[in-house]
Amino acid sequence: MTKKRNREAFLYILPCLIVLGLFVYYPLIMNIVYSFHSFTLSSSTKDFVGLANFRKLFSDKIILTSLMNNVLYAVISVIIQVGFGLVLAAVLEDRVFQKVSPFFRTTYFIPTLLSMTVVCLLFRFIYNPQMGLLNSFLKLVGLDGLTNIWLGKSKIAMYAVIAVSQWQSTGYVTMLFIVAIQKIPRDLYEAAEMDGAGKIRQFFCITVPQVRQMWFVTMVITVVGAFTVFNEPYILTGGGPGTSTMTLALHMYQTGVVKNDMGYASTIAMLIFLITAVLSSIQFFTFGGKEDE
Amino acid sequence: MAAKSGRRKFGPGEILWLVILTVLAVLILYPLFWIVMSSFKDYNGIFKDVWGLPEKWLFENYATAWEKGISGYFVNSLIVSAGTIFGVVLLATFAAFGICQIKSKLANICFLMILGGLLLSPQVCLLPLYMLLKNLGIKDTYFALIFPYIAFRIPVSVMLIRSFFIGIPKDLEESAIIDGASFFQIYRKIYLPLSKPIISTVVIMTAYYSWNEFIFATMFIDSTARQTIPVGLMAFSDGLMTNWGVVMAGMVIACLPITLLFILMQKSFIRGITAGSVKG
Repeated sequence: MTKKRNREAFLYILPCLIVLGLFVYYPLIMNIVYSFHSFTLSSSTKDFVGLANFRKLFSDKIILTSLMNNVLYAVISVIIQVGFGLVLAAVLEDRVFQKVSPFFRTTYFIPTLLSMTVVCLLFRFIYNPQMGLLNSFLKLVGLDGLTNIWLGKSKIAMYAVIAVSQWQSTGYVTMLFIVAIQKIPRDLYEAAEMDGAGKIRQFFCITVPQVRQMWFVTMVITVVGAFTVFNEPYILTGGGPGTSTMTLALHMYQTGVVKNDMGYASTIAMLIFLITAVLSSIQFFTFGGKEDE
Repeated sequence: MAAKSGRRKFGPGEILWLVILTVLAVLILYPLFWIVMSSFKDYNGIFKDVWGLPEKWLFENYATAWEKGISGYFVNSLIVSAGTIFGVVLLATFAAFGICQIKSKLANICFLMILGGLLLSPQVCLLPLYMLLKNLGIKDTYFALIFPYIAFRIPVSVMLIRSFFIGIPKDLEESAIIDGASFFQIYRKIYLPLSKPIISTVVIMTAYYSWNEFIFATMFIDSTARQTIPVGLMAFSDGLMTNWGVVMAGMVIACLPITLLFILMQKSFIRGITAGSVKG
């Protein structure tokens, strides 16, 4: 009886497993296979090349540039989105700002709603050297010396690209922290206040330890996001000038689609997979399935 | 409450923070305000007077943007989003229901296999998916986006729906079984009607994802006639070159549906995007 029920119930899960298997797990396995082959988008046969693609990975200078950019992306995003985001959330949840906080948190959340394309097109206007908002603003306040070709100089282009992500995502992470802070029992703060603990003390001794789990989740989201970033450099700079804003995902795309070297591109994808899978499985095995709904 | 907050002093620290909060709000709101203002200007209006309000309000920029291509992209995005939402809701509720019904270890194995999808980022599967869609002969069709979108939204959706299903009282179901109800009847008559809140959360998350998704949309669709709005907008802005007012009108149109969804359902929207904490 139970066996028959179980079999029937399994039929309800099957479609999901098929779709996942075909469009998520099968591509992953194929990606591993591809990384040992050499082929183009249109070729009908694939030549087995053993570890050649992996050797190429270690001699490829662009990989190093990309990796450094991804690391820079991760470091800045963690400091601003996770670090500053938490402070921002704590301030907004402070009772002093009770009246204004709904306005601010909704405002900060708005960029999350916009598609990356819209945000990047907007920043193309902001960074535009002739009429861009940023340069016009600097001239307006008399800081002519600071005006720049934001996306056109290899030293600052990467920072300009990273800034776009901060503009878009900080409000989202702040919102996650606000949700976490709202779950902290109020009496903890009241007791601390009775004991004469100041706000900074309360932040470090109550807020920070209490949102530990959310802190961890946002860390993983931000770092994984930083190592898979594609849209911003693709739309804003195309990896340039030179290769100064190249990231792993963009390098993979350009190798596969533009240079038509699918085998090597798959090897780059393996590198991305390795980095992100390790990071997300830490989250998965620490808190997996323990969503607090 | 008033008495309590009255005890707190509004000192220099609070004033400093209020200034910081306001500056941040301006940094976000002004660029958005600027897009809307500029979408009513012509090229000279934007180039010569970046900060000013439009001299003449060119409402026709919106009509031009709509006619010059945005309408097509908009409809494509609607079709792809609707297909994805339908698929995700159907498959994810089915799977979550099945997992709750199986009374053996198999349930956990299936659930873990589905959750495992959370570990994979779309970028890793991009190239093999491209080859797969080509071999299946569905590249450059709506299905080339709908199927991968469904697949990548399933893990988080099943996770949320399952945790909701677990909370549904078992006695309803037991009495239905005694009355001889089939699995499908239990699903249709008990589980589905009770889980409207979580389904609406999943619908919002999926709509948000499929409306804004970029990397698959740029890779799997070649023809302009089937491109969705995030990719179409790029082609649109490259094609119009300096006709910035019209480009910005297009950008505003592209943002409308999700913004509207947010305004109408702010609570479930934020719950949806923060639940499970998986960025779109």
